[in-house]
Amino acid sequence: MTGKRTVVPFGPQHPVLPEPIHLDLVIEDEHVVEAIPSIGYVHRGLESLVDRREYSDFVYLAERICGICSFTHSSTFCQGVEGLMGIEVPARATYLRTMWGEYSRLHSHLLWLGLFADALGFESLFYNAWKIRESILNELEATTGGRVIQGVCKVGGVRRDVTNEFLSGMDKRLDDIEAEMQEMSKVFLSDYTLKKRLVGKGVLKTDAAYNLGAVGPVARASGLVEDVRTSGYLAYGDISFKPVTADGCDGYARCEVRCKELFQSVDIIHQIIAGMPEGDVSVPVKGNPDGEFFSRSEQPRGEVIHYLRGNGTKNLTQFRVRTPTLTNVPSLVAMLAGAELADVPQIVLTIDPCIGCMER
Amino acid sequence: MSSAGKSPWLLHYNASSCNGCDIEILAALTPLYDVERFGIINTGNPAHADIFVVTGSVNEQNKEVLKNLYDQIPEPKVVLAVGICASSGGVFRDCYNVSGGVDTIIPVDVYVPGCSVRPEALIEGVVKALGVLEEKRAAVDNGGLR
Repeated sequence: MTGKRTVVPFGPQHPVLPEPIHLDLVIEDEHVVEAIPSIGYVHRGLESLVDRREYSDFVYLAERICGICSFTHSSTFCQGVEGLMGIEVPARATYLRTMWGEYSRLHSHLLWLGLFADALGFESLFYNAWKIRESILNELEATTGGRVIQGVCKVGGVRRDVTNEFLSGMDKRLDDIEAEMQEMSKVFLSDYTLKKRLVGKGVLKTDAAYNLGAVGPVARASGLVEDVRTSGYLAYGDISFKPVTADGCDGYARCEVRCKELFQSVDIIHQIIAGMPEGDVSVPVKGNPDGEFFSRSEQPRGEVIHYLRGNGTKNLTQFRVRTPTLTNVPSLVAMLAGAELADVPQIVLTIDPCIGCMER
Repeated sequence: MSSAGKSPWLLHYNASSCNGCDIEILAALTPLYDVERFGIINTGNPAHADIFVVTGSVNEQNKEVLKNLYDQIPEPKVVLAVGICASSGGVFRDCYNVSGGVDTIIPVDVYVPGCSVRPEALIEGVVKALGVLEEKRAAVDNGGLR
């Protein structure tokens, strides 16, 4: 017997969501038949500002597309302008950008793991993840000057250098951070309650993930080897690493991928520090961008694309960002169909929604 | 100061913020800054809240949500505009979908500057808000509302 269909609104303000997104959940008995997302609560329209801000100043705005992926947005934008103008960035600057990018991934994944534990009602685990995250933020603050908005990238390189003594200190401190993360991820991956709430929930099969264009940990948890870092942008060409994948296709697999990526990032940072080249960290920039360029990066949430077009003036004529969260919304809708109403909040969280990025 | 005045509960709403301030609000609640030891809890229910913490500038779609949440918080209440976007629109004030600071929609009592705010600044803002809350409560007790 099937019951009458009811529409339950979810969001925009909801305890598990730090950011507003709205879903109309069409439910039959306790099961979601269809989820209809509606967005636009955080839309600012910052891409349109390119015609009023010079390309070198726009880095400031690009960084504020999102406060979590702030560093990756600024480096992707700079990478785009540099590609457009044919600027060769010094090797030390690309290594530093890679290092800060990986620290950002660490802080983003720890943030997500914490929020996720909180959504499941596991407060102490939330606190534990965020405690470790503070040591990552300390490293970011000590090297760049900012906790969440770093402001360290500029067209032609980076604004700050890090001394080699400090780098070797970071290398040592990472070991302690890694030990703490080991303890924490054991809980995420083996706790009975967490498993009960995650295994088999929010299933996205491999072919569905491919067809819906899933990116980042969502795609990798469905068994797709999708990682832009393998294309070797920045210093990733010199680093040996393998994309982390899982084949569970469910919420547990997505949690597993993010936990394992923590250690992958630590490994990449160790390699970066060991291979850090000497030299300048920026080159002088002359002229204006002309032509068009696609700049791609792997953010904590997946692939981000910045499209830039210039016409030889100080202002770009067009700027467009495709962010991973928007790309993952169709996958989210597919995961929610058939889910139980009580599982909706954590399924929504498993794609690691970043609405600030998504709507810009 | 009454005991409830010392342990205010917060309602947080993101009105088109970039996230930077939101994660710093959460960071203020977690072990390093740990404002929960003072009884400050981030609640999801407007009816439980004393302090309304708003981040980000306001746009056409979310201004009704913001007003709605504000109306659901019982008197006396204090509004905290967190970050430069919530205060004035910040770097996004020229964007086509930004109508300005939070004070264009609801009255704001305390402004916390920063991009993004530091947890220390946020804590100071909450302490200031406690003073405002106490004044408002005294006004309510004396019979006059607001």
